[in-house]
Amino acid sequence: MIEEYRGVWVFIEQNDGEIEGVSLELLGAGRKLADKLEVALAGVLLGDNVKSLCPEVIAYGADEVYVVDHPVMKDYRTESYMKGIMLLAEKYKPEIFLYGATPNGKDLASAVATDLSTGLTADTTMLDVDLEKRLLEASRPAFGGNIMATILCKKHRPQMATVRPKVMKALERDMNRTGKIIEEEIDLKEEDMRTKVLKIVKDITKKASLADAHVVVAGGKGMGDLQGFQLIHELADTIGASVGGTRDVVEAGWLPHELQVGQTGETITPKIYFAIGISGAIQHVVGMKNSEFIIAINKDPNAPIFDVATYGIVGDAMEIVPKLIEQFKVLRKEKGGEVSYV
Amino acid sequence: MHIVVCVKQVPDTKIIKINPKTNTLDRRSAPAILNPYDAHAVQEAVKIKKMVGECTISVLSMGPPQATAVIKKSIEIGADKGYLISDRAFAGADTLATSYALSKALERIAKEEPADLVICGLHAIDGDTGQVGPGIARRMDIPPVTNVIEVTELNEKEKTILLKRKLANGYQLIQADYPCLMTVGKEINEIEYSPMPNMIKAARYEPIIWSVNDLENVNRPQLGLKGSPTIVGKMFTPPKPEGGKRLEGNSDEQVSQLIELLQDKKELFFTAR
Repeated sequence: MIEEYRGVWVFIEQNDGEIEGVSLELLGAGRKLADKLEVALAGVLLGDNVKSLCPEVIAYGADEVYVVDHPVMKDYRTESYMKGIMLLAEKYKPEIFLYGATPNGKDLASAVATDLSTGLTADTTMLDVDLEKRLLEASRPAFGGNIMATILCKKHRPQMATVRPKVMKALERDMNRTGKIIEEEIDLKEEDMRTKVLKIVKDITKKASLADAHVVVAGGKGMGDLQGFQLIHELADTIGASVGGTRDVVEAGWLPHELQVGQTGETITPKIYFAIGISGAIQHVVGMKNSEFIIAINKDPNAPIFDVATYGIVGDAMEIVPKLIEQFKVLRKEKGGEVSYV
Repeated sequence: MHIVVCVKQVPDTKIIKINPKTNTLDRRSAPAILNPYDAHAVQEAVKIKKMVGECTISVLSMGPPQATAVIKKSIEIGADKGYLISDRAFAGADTLATSYALSKALERIAKEEPADLVICGLHAIDGDTGQVGPGIARRMDIPPVTNVIEVTELNEKEKTILLKRKLANGYQLIQADYPCLMTVGKEINEIEYSPMPNMIKAARYEPIIWSVNDLENVNRPQLGLKGSPTIVGKMFTPPKPEGGKRLEGNSDEQVSQLIELLQDKKELFFTAR
């Protein structure tokens, strides 16, 4: 039974005809798995008028693209999208099926896993296969400890996982790649839908400030209290950076949830990341470790944050940060301009 | 109107300690609490109850007998009734087996009064998956709406509910026919202080406890560990990155070294004009 299932699939999430970054990253990660298993890598594309995106999916590594194109699938809805996925998965039987751990990807994967009665691993950060048993090894930080757990799904197929954005690497776009496009018809009627998307409101400002920031100043519980945490805001203001924080800080109410960096918050890759008063629990580190230049300031010389930092300062943030702010202000005056980044 | 809120007892991750030898959780160190997202789910049910005429709020949980504590906590917030399904047969369940057991309990509850709305927290802070809510919706064949940040309107005549569903950047305004299931984040409301009568009711309240035998048409192989397709293969400490350079000296020296380094990194950082 299990042997019937072959191939690695990636759900290609698109919004308004634009493919989400995480889907391209998953094509990169899926390529490696498919090569190891010596099977095809397929992208699964659903939407309204999305066929034109197929060459992109192939350029980023897919051998095949399964497309279900229907007006009812214009905007993401669990009920219409899962029908499309079920149609394909039951007919073509992939052995591995990956989704981006975005709000829509998680929603879709949870519903599909239930209907397929198969296993689903949430928020994966490492992927590999056990070649002999053809098992997907989906690893994610285990609750609480600085430890990873590898989740297996031995007896059910497809083996499914949602994968954190910005953890895997996309391949170089190669328009010379060729692939096969497989179209499936679906019978959907708008009248049968029990949910309607009345409108979509984009709020780019809030998100952009953290996810797309070049420089992020993040603080943790080591800032002591809400007042101490003001130093994080002050430093960020001085150098024109965005503010981020750990889960603890958000739980304590010092920052809104949108500014949480880590497993249950944002995964970000700024050019410069200041980790101040942050010990470096794995849940936080998975959200920032791919930043280009990481500066850690912490009292505890053994704090795990120093393991991922490019430069570490062992010391009291309360003493160092004000001096840093001072120095930056002097610098700003000298150069007679704003601090900026390329 | 009948609202059922699914709640879970979790260890308080803010307090829990890590055993430095095994790198795993010392569960005994943490008090058990109502999953914070679920508290917001109960609070939202209370808000909806105020919007509509007649409304009963039931809470449903699965767990060991001591999980009755989170049902009492939910009564404090404003729930009317509470059910706990508790049996060794449920133990070791992953998200698929959990949604199966809870959907069977919901079937039993529906015999008394079917649910118009099922509300779950976005995810539990111990598992962080967010997969059980949508799973329950599929099993009940009702539409799931995850990540709801606002209940905008409820039309009892048309049996529709207007919801804002959070997206990666922005939100969708969704009109759903109910019965439906929604999962809610923390943005949806503020937990209010419980009025005294609720506290008194909670203290005296005895939740209804069901074992697997109290549920009907249960396919036992779909429960607990046996019904769970996923298993933990291994636990490991991730390979340690090498770590970078430490900046030595007193704080003044450290700060000036850092400033210099940042200025050297011209491609990263420079001052304009």
